[in-house]
Formats: sequence, structure tokens, C-alpha cells
Amino acid sequence: MSLDTATVRRVAALARLRLEEQDVARVQGELNGILGWIEQLQAVNTDGVEPMAGGTPGGVAAMPMREDVVTDGGQAEAVLANAPDREGEYFGVPKVVE
Amino acid sequence: MHPTDFTLAGALAALNEGAISAEELTRAHVAAVEALNPKLNAFITTTSEKALDAARASDARRKRGEAGPLEGIPLAIKDLFCTEGVRTTAGSKILGNFIPPYESTVTAQLKRDGAVFLGKANLDEFAMGSSNLTSAYGGVLNPWQRKDDPSARLVPGGSSGGSAAAVAARMALGATGTDTGGSIRQPAAFCGITGIKPTYGRCSRFGIVAFASSLDQAGPFARTVEDCAILLRSMAGHDPKDSTSANQPVPDFAAACGRSVKGMRIGVPREYRLDGMPAEIEKLWRQGLDWLRDAGAEIVDISLPHTKYALPTYYIVAPAEASSNLARYDGVRFGLRVAEKDSDLRDLYERTRAEGFGAEVRRRIMIGTYVLSAGYYDAYYLKAQKIRALIASDFDAAWAKVDAIVTPATPSAAFAEGENADDPVKMYLNDVFTVTANLAGLPGLALPTGLDHQGLPLGLQVIGRAFDEETVFAVGAALERAADFKAMPAMRAGA
Repeated sequence: MSLDTATVRRVAALARLRLEEQDVARVQGELNGILGWIEQLQAVNTDGVEPMAGGTPGGVAAMPMREDVVTDGGQAEAVLANAPDREGEYFGVPKVVE
Repeated sequence: MHPTDFTLAGALAALNEGAISAEELTRAHVAAVEALNPKLNAFITTTSEKALDAARASDARRKRGEAGPLEGIPLAIKDLFCTEGVRTTAGSKILGNFIPPYESTVTAQLKRDGAVFLGKANLDEFAMGSSNLTSAYGGVLNPWQRKDDPSARLVPGGSSGGSAAAVAARMALGATGTDTGGSIRQPAAFCGITGIKPTYGRCSRFGIVAFASSLDQAGPFARTVEDCAILLRSMAGHDPKDSTSANQPVPDFAAACGRSVKGMRIGVPREYRLDGMPAEIEKLWRQGLDWLRDAGAEIVDISLPHTKYALPTYYIVAPAEASSNLARYDGVRFGLRVAEKDSDLRDLYERTRAEGFGAEVRRRIMIGTYVLSAGYYDAYYLKAQKIRALIASDFDAAWAKVDAIVTPATPSAAFAEGENADDPVKMYLNDVFTVTANLAGLPGLALPTGLDHQGLPLGLQVIGRAFDEETVFAVGAALERAADFKAMPAMRAGA
């Protein structure tokens, strides 16, 4: 499966990565190189195989549950400490609603 | 003896006997960092003043009889671990001004046990790389040199390249790393030191900048197997803040280093004999197996039939998880923001991410976004998860026949900057022997057992059953005793 330039632009837009027009061809070549290499996986028979989700040996079922209670919060200053732009207790962003 | 030449265990003994103070030990390492870091670039941020304060506090605790298991030991911390009040960059421009308001669980436990932090070690950006060259803060120089060409700039491996170089050059007695596809074991092998990626879930991931959550695992670097075992005991343990951290008792890993390998069955997977593998790697491997046989172990040929699919599987799973994890870098809540005067929110996101991320990170986000996108999810991501299950069941079958598996750690010694750079896939092949343990969630340890024709270190890897790091340490320690690896890098403190 080979990506055309329109797909490369669409994927960049989905990933919220600005892609300059002069870089499209180079990125396309790199991605197709990697995807071409990955293509060999299609040859593996995976009929009836349960997909492995997560890295926990024994599977996700081995993971513990905790009580559904609030354990943290009320730390606005810590949360906002690294904000590039803040207004009071809010993050500042460009105007969203006209 | 120069204080930077201590092993970690040796330094603990010297501190206990009062032969040296934590302040003296830290001062020697701070001096080594100041002398060598301008050349090696192993640290992005040094915290010498904080380290000396911590060392003095450590001496006071020891005096009061309150010494912890790592009391006064100076360490390097990979700059992927959030450290409260100390800038944490993940090797990225996008986190260039990020000062975490909290501490990662692993570093909090190291501090609890008395360790002293010298600074934040360099790494590939967001731990994505095998050379440390994707760091936004410059590459790290491997302290080892080629016999025939000492001026060649060799890479330390990656992604934990700064951690490995710092320990090899004796700027630190140990270091933390993380390993998603080989990021502890490959740099350990390239720098002639020891490192272990424990079982997935052994160490909490809380406060570690996430790359691929189902693969990421923290582990230690040190110059001996026993030193790694001592560090891992402090780093490991259940943490309610990470739902994937295992609620398993943490054994005394160092005690396992003294266990005999007599009667153990050591597996040799035939699929790891790659076409075109250098003769010296093949020889190193055979030598390691001979040593274990001499120590009373039984060598058993095994098959891990899906091995050749591990790397391409990894390059679906890891970028997919990375593209999701890295969605949080949006220029709004923390980190870099790039916007034009008339930027709307979407333009702010796109400019911030395009400028804040380096080329390799952007490439992996694109791959991950594509394989997760509508219409391709089943063909790529689901397929990869199924092959991952097959890779894990290959190991399950092997554990019926063997107690541990021994392989080379890397397909070559350290390469020079610029080599392997023309093609991303060529760079990815560095992790061919290590990535299977990440996919299956198993512990893997790398240690140096020989030198190549250029005098550069080569390493072997020991893989074990889930939560059986003790056997891995026992086999690693047996190899270490037999190899008696004494070579040292050209660039090091006290040299």
C-alpha cells in the first residue's frame, strides 16, 4: 500500500502537524519506505489469534481495580504553572467562537 | 583509588565503613561531569549544587543511623523522568521549558533510598532513536574510540545514550533508563556497561514521559550486574498511580547474582542467527554459551518462529501508541507554543507541533496516525497486535524447555555519527535482538563480554520469564565472572 500526496497531507492534518508544500514529496518517500517494509506482516497467518492489547504478562485481566473515588485535585496553580498563556485560572487560547 | 572508579556496591561499602563521605563521593562525580560533559554532552541539565546539598543531607542521615539502601550514591537520571522543580525536556524542543510540579515514582523511590541526582541525562527525542542523534540538545559522544580511527565520533546508542555514556565514562555510579524497543540494552552494549529492562509492570511508569505505553519500561544502568540488581530493587514495586504496575513482591535481586547456573537450561534461538551477522558477534555468542556450559548449564536449541516479524510489528505498535500519547503536546497547557498573530487554534496546534517536534518524532506520529486511521486500523494495528500475541506465545512455548535465553545484544559495535542515517529502516535494525522482549513484556539484561577488532565493546543479552529477573541476574553474573571484562573507554574520569 503506497501513500499518495493527498493521503500524506490528510495524515499530517489528522496529526495536527503543519506540513510545508516543499516537504510533501520527501515525507511521502520516507513513509512509503517504512510502510513497504511493514507490508511483510500481511503474509503472517493470524486466523483465530486473539490480539495482544497492552504489555502486561497475563493480559489486561491481571490488572487491579481501585475504588472509584477522587484521589487528587484542587491544584490549579500546579496545573497552570507551565502554561504558555494563562488568564486567571484558565489557559489562554486564540479566540475559538466568533 | 579514584572515587569515580568504585562500583556502586563498593561505594556503599566504603560509605558504610566511613572510608569516604557522600559529599566527597558526589564532589568527585560533579568534577567528572564538569570536566567531561563539555565533550560528551551526556547531560542536558546538570544539578551540581542540588547534588552537593543532597550529599550533605545524606551524610547527616547516615550519621543518625538512618542510611537507606542507596545512601549517598550519585546517579544520572534520564531526562524522560519527571523531576520536581528540575527541567525535564524528553530531549525535545517542545518541552524545553517544562518544569514538572511532581516527581516520577521511580525517581521518588531512588531519593527515598538515599540516592543523589547529578543531573538529567541526554536521550533521543521522546526516546525515539538508536543513536541519541535525534535529541534536540545535540548528540552524545560515546567515550569509547576505534583503535584505527580514534577521531571518529561514535554514537553511544539510544535512546538512553546519555545515561550509558555517563556511567561508562565514570561520571555517575549508575543511571536510570527506559527501554521501549532496546533503549537500555543497545546503549549498554555500545558503551561497555550493564543494563536491564525488567518485566513490563515491574517499575511504575508514573511520571515518565510516555512514548509507547504498552512497551515502555524503566530500568537501571551500572558497571556491574550486581550494581544493576541493587538499583532495580529500589526502582521496582507496585504503584497505585500506574494501573499497569504489577502488584508483585520485589525480591532481593542482588542476592540472585550469587546463584549458581548449574543445571539451568539456556535457550539458543536459531532465528537469531541472522544472515550476514559479523563473525565476531557469532564468536562472542558461542563463547558466552561455552562459559555457561562450563559453569554447569545445559545449552538447548530452541525456536522462536515469529522473530523476523518483531521489528515491523514494533514499528506499527510503537508509533500508534506514540501518536496517541504525543497528542497532548498542543501548545496550550505546557511546553512550547508557536503561533502567528492571526493564528486560530488549529493553526496554533499545527505550528507548535511542526516546530516543536524533530523529524524522527514527526515521522513516527505520521506512521502512527496513518495505521490508526479509519479503514487501515484492522490491516495494520489489529494485525500487529495479533502478531505480537504470536511472538509472546513463541516465548511461552520456549519456557517449557529452558530457564533463560542468551543472544547477542546488538548486531554490531557502536557506529559513527552519520552511519545508518540514510534510511530510517536501517537504523531500526539496531533493535533486532532486543525488541522481542518488549513485545512479549519479558526482562532482558545486556552486559559486555568482549571487544571487536576495533577495541569496541560487544554485549550479550539474557532474556528471562516474566517476573523472573532473578534468573536473568544469575545468568548475567555467571557470564560476567567468566568474561572478566576489564577494558575501559578512552574518555573517562581519572584517566
